[in-house]
Amino acid sequence: MKIYDGKYILIGLLVFVGVITFPIWFNLGKAAPPPEPKLDTPVIMQMAQKQCVLPREEMRTGHMQILNDWRTQVVRNGKRMYVAADGKTYEMSLQNECMRCHSNKTQFCDQCHTYAGLKLDSTPYCWTCHVPPKETK
Amino acid sequence: MGIRFSLAAVVALVLAVFLGIKAAGLTYFFGVCVPYAAILAFVGGVVYKVLKWRRSPVPFRIATTAGQQKSLPWIKQDRLENPVTKKEVVGRMLLEVFLFRSLFRNTKFQMDQGPKLYYQWEKWLWLAGLLFHYAFFIILVRHLRFFTNSLPFFVEPLERLDGFLQVGLPGVYITDALFIVAVTYLFIRRIVIPQMRYMSLPADYFPLLLLLTIGVTGIMTRYFTKVDLLKVKQLAMSLVTFNPIVPEGIGVIFFIHLFLVSILLAYFPFSKLMHAGGVFLSPTRNQPNDSRIVRHINPWNYPVKVHTYAEYEDHFREKMVEAGLPVEKELPAEATTPQAGKE
Repeated sequence: MKIYDGKYILIGLLVFVGVITFPIWFNLGKAAPPPEPKLDTPVIMQMAQKQCVLPREEMRTGHMQILNDWRTQVVRNGKRMYVAADGKTYEMSLQNECMRCHSNKTQFCDQCHTYAGLKLDSTPYCWTCHVPPKETK
Repeated sequence: MGIRFSLAAVVALVLAVFLGIKAAGLTYFFGVCVPYAAILAFVGGVVYKVLKWRRSPVPFRIATTAGQQKSLPWIKQDRLENPVTKKEVVGRMLLEVFLFRSLFRNTKFQMDQGPKLYYQWEKWLWLAGLLFHYAFFIILVRHLRFFTNSLPFFVEPLERLDGFLQVGLPGVYITDALFIVAVTYLFIRRIVIPQMRYMSLPADYFPLLLLLTIGVTGIMTRYFTKVDLLKVKQLAMSLVTFNPIVPEGIGVIFFIHLFLVSILLAYFPFSKLMHAGGVFLSPTRNQPNDSRIVRHINPWNYPVKVHTYAEYEDHFREKMVEAGLPVEKELPAEATTPQAGKE
């Protein structure tokens, strides 16, 4: 069975397979280990009840929405206090409230963001305005 | 009828994976087995289709006369619409693949008040088609973020451009909206225009509904019913490194998205979606119009036994000369008559 214009067909199919298998040869068969963010900052270690403003699962998937809402509340509506579901009040501030406990930005923020393929300086664009806390290594 | 069938098919697929995950807990089946099978079917199917198509010879040039053919030196040839050389054919193919040149020619034919015929510009199909394809392409490239350890250099600028509106967090991607709008337009067009509806088959509605559902579920995983991205990436990376693990606790919406994409991949080579490969093989697009310049020999010509005039004369020369018939080559000298030899 003859394939007409076999040369071009072969080139085309090779390009197709090459493009489709890009993730396979680009990673050279190695997967980066999934991140395990550490929660052992001094402030958190001292807390009796280790709890964030929302349950862990919700924070994992929804933290960016909360930060965005807080930004809007503070900057545009002038509201500074957030009442959590359990009645506790928090100051809506990334630098003063979030980073007070999670003072380890490289561990707590960057690790997952890098793993998810985000560009640290631009997406998310938190740190284009905010100053990350100093970390002692 | 076609719409109902296609809609039922898509709903059944969604229900199947929903029940499979929620009731039966088949995360490994839907997270690993189905995607692997789908990608195999996709690659194998495309290769099979292309090879099958290319087994048929297309010996003669099918000239489509959309532009001035190469002719006398003082007549200007339309090099892209009526190519003669390989380079010009590549140019026409690039126009077709990247800008859908043929679709751009689309006109609408209308009869109005008696025997008046109108041909109108109709660019909406072209526009929606182009938007859909480019949006889909950019969305696909963006998904590389789940499949690579470090981002390839071209993904980040694309993402930034796509999300430059910086609306909300996670930021809204323009292509997400364009994709939904374009696919919805393509779908509504089939329903609203009576002729389109008449000639539309389940094979036309099904891919559109499938794409629409894929788009909606994808948008839901990103903006609304969130899933844990890190676990999704872990699953994706484990698939491309052939060490499959399905992490616990990925939302069912992700599995619906993944399953529908798998269905799309497996369905692709055996449906009209295969125009992606077919466009490169369409004879009216990939053949130079050189039927008056190059001799094209039919490849299925079998050798015909012919008896040329020269051979015929060789056979019968003596008899022809004897009978006084004119011959092209005279008899050899010793056999000729003295008179003929002198002359």
